[in-house]
Parts: sequence; structure tokens; C-alpha cells
Amino acid sequence: MNSPADTSRVTSAKIVIAGGFGVGKTTLVGSVSEITPLTTEAIMTSASEGVDDNNLVPDKATTTVAMDFGRITIDQDLILYLFGTPGQTRFWFMWDELVRGAIGAIVLVDTRRLADCFSVIDFFEHRKLPYLVAVNCFDGKQLHDLNDIRDALQISHDVPVMYTDARNRESTKQVLIKLVEYVLSMRRTRTVGVH
Amino acid sequence: MVLGGDEPTGSLVRPYAVTRGRTRPQLEIALEALVETTARGRSGQFLGGREQKVIVDLCGGRLQSLAEIAARMEVPLGVARVLVADMAADGLLAVHEPTGFDADGGDGSVGTELLERVLSGLRRL
Repeated sequence: MNSPADTSRVTSAKIVIAGGFGVGKTTLVGSVSEITPLTTEAIMTSASEGVDDNNLVPDKATTTVAMDFGRITIDQDLILYLFGTPGQTRFWFMWDELVRGAIGAIVLVDTRRLADCFSVIDFFEHRKLPYLVAVNCFDGKQLHDLNDIRDALQISHDVPVMYTDARNRESTKQVLIKLVEYVLSMRRTRTVGVH
Repeated sequence: MVLGGDEPTGSLVRPYAVTRGRTRPQLEIALEALVETTARGRSGQFLGGREQKVIVDLCGGRLQSLAEIAARMEVPLGVARVLVADMAADGLLAVHEPTGFDADGGDGSVGTELLERVLSGLRRL
């Protein structure tokens, strides 16, 4: 077993997987996770804090939202979790907790339902959480030009936009790598700017 | 109402019964915080209810996050958080909070080093 000195270094990190309902978030998580994706549920009652003003749930309702997540052991002391966001974006109470301390987010997009991810992108921009856009190619079909998708989403030119196949482990791995590289490059730019 | 999953929700009837109605944990614990059974927890002699035994067994092998504990026990996250926080306060569990990428103020070197570890880990997959 680990000595006390070892276990004090143990830590975890998380990446948020967001996108509209049915876009393939759990499929993406499952393609790289070392465990079968698990589901955790959160209950919001009237006692919950951080309830968004726009919340559509009546005051005293008890609402359960489910999130699927997976796990990747990076090394002995570091475990990465991938959390899929609840399918419906109106349950913002859970999103605050999901993004707190996250490395960044992957916005998984279905070009047939592009508008599904507008509110998600707004949320990440507002919270200043780095994100990239991964266009899920169902059946391997790349139906749209990535620049057209960038324009339609009205996102900044430096936000990575890429194709992916959420079912494919290697493809998902490349998306995760791209996100972490992007976050690192943002940090380096910021550090250079400060000094 | 359950969204995004077809998991059985029979355990949600009175979710906070196992915490005797308490919904506020003694300690805020992140979703991804890692939980490990301590030697005191492993000894088994300080354990209270059935839930405590389940958690001690669950976290006695490899590290488990709060989210995993909740999922594997089929209890809501808030319930798991109250249980784990109580057990941590009693010295039965150790909770390893995530380091945080921006919490290190200064030059952010701790966060950067962590990100580089994540990156090389992903490349090795």
C-alpha cells in the first residue's frame, strides 16, 4: 500500500462532456473510460442553494437529474473523471458543481441540431471555462465544413473545432488531448502576458 | 423524474433517511474528490450502520471518487456526501480534494504541472 507521503499527493481532475440530449455524450465517455460509465443522481429540493433565477422548476419541487461519468487512471496518484452533463440544460444547479475546478469542457455537437448547444456554449463562456467543439460524425459522415460550423456557433477563432466519432476510443482520446493542449496553451499565453 | 438514464430509482423514495434527514454535510466534498479508507476505518470497530461498512469496503481497495461512491451505492450524491463527510470527521476515511488548476494563485505552476501529467497520461492511453 501507499505510504502516507504518497497518498498525500493523490489527486483527481475532471473534464466536462456537454451537448444536447442524445448527441452521444455517454457513448463518448464510455469509449475511453476504464469502467462502464456510472450514473450518479443529484436531487434538488427547495433547500438547495445556487438555484438559477431562470430555473423552471417550482419552488418546492424535488427534481432528480442524472449524470453519467467515466474514469481514466492517469497514473498511480492522478485520476481523471469525465462527467457528462445532464441532458437538459435547464438544470443549471448541477452545472455549477460540474464546472467547478474542471480542466475544461468538450461540447459535443450534432450538426442536425446545432442550436441544442447554444446555451451550453453561453454558459461556458460566461464561466470562463475553456472548451472545444467536437462535431460527432454519425456513420462517419462529415456533412459540414468546420468553418461553417464555427460561424454558425459564433465562437472565437481560437476555440478548437474538430470532427470526432464518439464511439471510437482513439478519436475520443484525440479530442481529450486537444482540449488539454488548448488549456495549456491558454495558460502559457496568459503567463507570458502577465510577466 | 429522472433524466438521461434508466437506472432504478427505488432507493430515492426517502433519500435522506440514511442520514436521518440531514442534507448538509460537515464538509464540502467535490464530485471528483478521492476517498480512501483509513487504517481506523479498516479496523472495522468504529463503524456505525450498514452504509458505513459498504463505504469502507468500497474505498478499501482502489481510490473512489464521491461520485463513484454515490453511483455504486445507488444513493443521491448529496446523501453520499453527508455520509462520507461524517466518516471523514470520525477518521474512518481520508478525502483527497482535487488540486484545482487556478487555486494556486501565483504563477499557476502547480496547475500547469498537473495538466502536463494529464496530457502525457492521455497520450499513453
